[in-house]
Amino acid sequence: MDAILLQVLNGLDKGSAYALIALGLTLIFGTLGVVNFAHGALFMIGAFCAVTMQRFLGMSFEEIDPTRTDFLGNPLKVQVPYVESWFGPEIGGAIVDWSVPLAIVLAIPVMIVLGFVMERGLIKHFYKRPHADQILVTFGLAIVLQEVIKYFFGANPIQTGAPDAFAGSFDFGAMLGFDPNVIIYPYWRMVYFLFSLIIIAGVFSFLRFTTFGMVVRAGMADRETVGLLGIDIDRRFTIMFGLAAAVAGLAGVMYTPILAPNYHMGMDFLVLSFVVVVVGGMGSLPGAVLAGFMLGILQSFASMNEVKEIIPGIDQVIIYLVAIIILLTRPRGLMGRKGVMED
Amino acid sequence: MTKSNLTRRGVLRTGAVTGAGLALPTIFTSGAYAFTNEPTGSTVKLGFNVPQSGPYADEGLDELRAQQLAVEHLNGVGDGGMLNTFSSKVLDGTGILGKKVEFVTGDTQTKSDAARASAKSMIEKDGVVMINGGSSSGVAVAVQGLCQEAGIIFMAGLTHSNDTTGKDRKANGFRHFFNAYMSGAALAPVLQKAYGSDRRAYHLTADYTWGYTQQESIAASTEALGWETVNNVLTPVGAGDFSSYIAPVLNSGADVLILNHYGGDMINSLTQAVQFGLRDKMVNGKQFEIVVPLYSELMAEGAGENIKGVYGSMNWNWQLQDEGTKAFVKSFGEKYGRPPSNSAHTCYVQTLLYADAVTRAGAFNPCAVAEALEGFEFDGMGNGPTLYRADDHQCFKDVLVMKGADNPTTKFDTLEVVEITPRAQVEYPSNHPMFGGDEASLGQCNDGA
Repeated sequence: MDAILLQVLNGLDKGSAYALIALGLTLIFGTLGVVNFAHGALFMIGAFCAVTMQRFLGMSFEEIDPTRTDFLGNPLKVQVPYVESWFGPEIGGAIVDWSVPLAIVLAIPVMIVLGFVMERGLIKHFYKRPHADQILVTFGLAIVLQEVIKYFFGANPIQTGAPDAFAGSFDFGAMLGFDPNVIIYPYWRMVYFLFSLIIIAGVFSFLRFTTFGMVVRAGMADRETVGLLGIDIDRRFTIMFGLAAAVAGLAGVMYTPILAPNYHMGMDFLVLSFVVVVVGGMGSLPGAVLAGFMLGILQSFASMNEVKEIIPGIDQVIIYLVAIIILLTRPRGLMGRKGVMED
Repeated sequence: MTKSNLTRRGVLRTGAVTGAGLALPTIFTSGAYAFTNEPTGSTVKLGFNVPQSGPYADEGLDELRAQQLAVEHLNGVGDGGMLNTFSSKVLDGTGILGKKVEFVTGDTQTKSDAARASAKSMIEKDGVVMINGGSSSGVAVAVQGLCQEAGIIFMAGLTHSNDTTGKDRKANGFRHFFNAYMSGAALAPVLQKAYGSDRRAYHLTADYTWGYTQQESIAASTEALGWETVNNVLTPVGAGDFSSYIAPVLNSGADVLILNHYGGDMINSLTQAVQFGLRDKMVNGKQFEIVVPLYSELMAEGAGENIKGVYGSMNWNWQLQDEGTKAFVKSFGEKYGRPPSNSAHTCYVQTLLYADAVTRAGAFNPCAVAEALEGFEFDGMGNGPTLYRADDHQCFKDVLVMKGADNPTTKFDTLEVVEITPRAQVEYPSNHPMFGGDEASLGQCNDGA
């Protein structure tokens, strides 16, 4: 029982990331009809917004410390962050420490602008082309973005820690009456899960309760009719692309303390997120969220030693296996609607 | 009027005979080459095959810096670095056997097939006589096999799997870097001293050749000192999120977690283990501990604060105080503004050792070079007295046990040397079961003739 609870908890944070990426993918697919293979790269760029913020806040000047020497025997040059010299070591240190949550402020405008530029500058020209062309161009774009990040940040993962306040883990087991240390869960993963719930709720409320959202939903259902009513649906869809990019970016920012960002992290998430979208049902937002959490938790279960002893290597294939079973029994996915991608 | 006998057939026949006649001397001359890529001009070309893209690109870049420095020193440019401290004095800064040293580079991408392709191109197109470098055992084993077939010397870079000089050893391949067995033999006594004999270890192991041999070696040496191995879980390379493998650790009754991971995987698994609060826990009445058997400076830099107090092992470190290390760190530091990593060191030393062996043999012929390297004893290269054992082409020297520093002053001294384990403690017979047993053999040297 405790092992099962442990893996459910474990699957939640991974599931949150899948759900957020899949949500953005579905938004883009549902509105613009484009299969966006660059979406993983958007997640990765979000993560690098956190790295940039960390570097920005950590920007420092050199001070020579004559009492110590560097590796060549010269007086040691100590790096003092500007924020520490302006606000004092305590407040300055706290600002640097909170760089990941603060990066949200940077990521939102960066991602929205990037989304606009991508949509208006490139993807727009591929609306009337076959899906294969759209996949190729977005995949190519993903590779370009990846290489740009590698050029500026290098190939190694960059450690971007959570604030000290969230270091360590919470003992769920002790709370539920199990032995201590049996079910532990890091604080930051809890934060990530709650954060993703807030974002998901935010996106759904935006689409449900605002006029803008209503028009977008109408456009998703019947683009032509909405256009005939004199509404500039293209402009709204571009905004939706920016929004989807921001969702992926925020998912990336907050994921950095869980996984040190590197330039190819987007690709690792992209493939799985596509499976999530397909399992959830193409074009279905609740389906994407449901499938994201479900597959995250399933993957976690498959990594259990007890399961791996029965079927070795199952942790690597479980998601695809489940996808096959679901598509065989429900060809439109869990919550897929008739007529989507079936023309 | 004269009648011409010129016919199409006649022209063709004559042409063919003349052509064959002209080609004949060239056929003989090409046969005159005694071995693959024999250097005939005033230069000799070396091939540096390192990861220039992919997850180990930073490590590859550092190797390349060191290799360029070695070439400069061989050609008499710069301060000479370790040539001044090397116990063999045959290298005089005039290249190798009077030929100026040039080099080409290839990108292994840390993938066996890409590494083989770039090595093949350097051998066939660029005509290199030796290949050096690499940052993975999978790559090293693949390229070593290729060099053996092609008749080229392979001076391995960073490869730590027992197999490279174990079951996959080759007559044309040489490894200066230490191996997993040596890590285990050096680390275990230090771990016993720090954490006691009554410990229960849980291993997370990278699912490929290096991971298996390291896990086997560490488990064997710690068990010999009384530790118990509770579990060994194989994790996919590049898994990213290791939380589902880390979460069950505490519940297993283990009080030590051993991470047989390297590069980005190690950075992630260690960070996540710390996030799960493992190091703050008390299990079986003891403080929970984490061990990372193979360290590198770049990994330490990536893992940041999380490595504080964590034990591991290394082939060499720039903080050593011997003359060879000081000379190398000075030349490298002045040229590049940073201290060299241990993968840079091994590539630099391997390049000099190759040049020295050629000079002592008086020939570039790979079999003569191999003979000069076999059983070669030297000093002044940063590791103390070192032997290139003839039986398996493995270097034997002291091993460093390292620990994450508590108060690093810069990003370069995040690790500190805890102990220099003497060579005698990490030696083993060449037919050791972990190294392929009696069946393992170097085979015959191949010069490609």
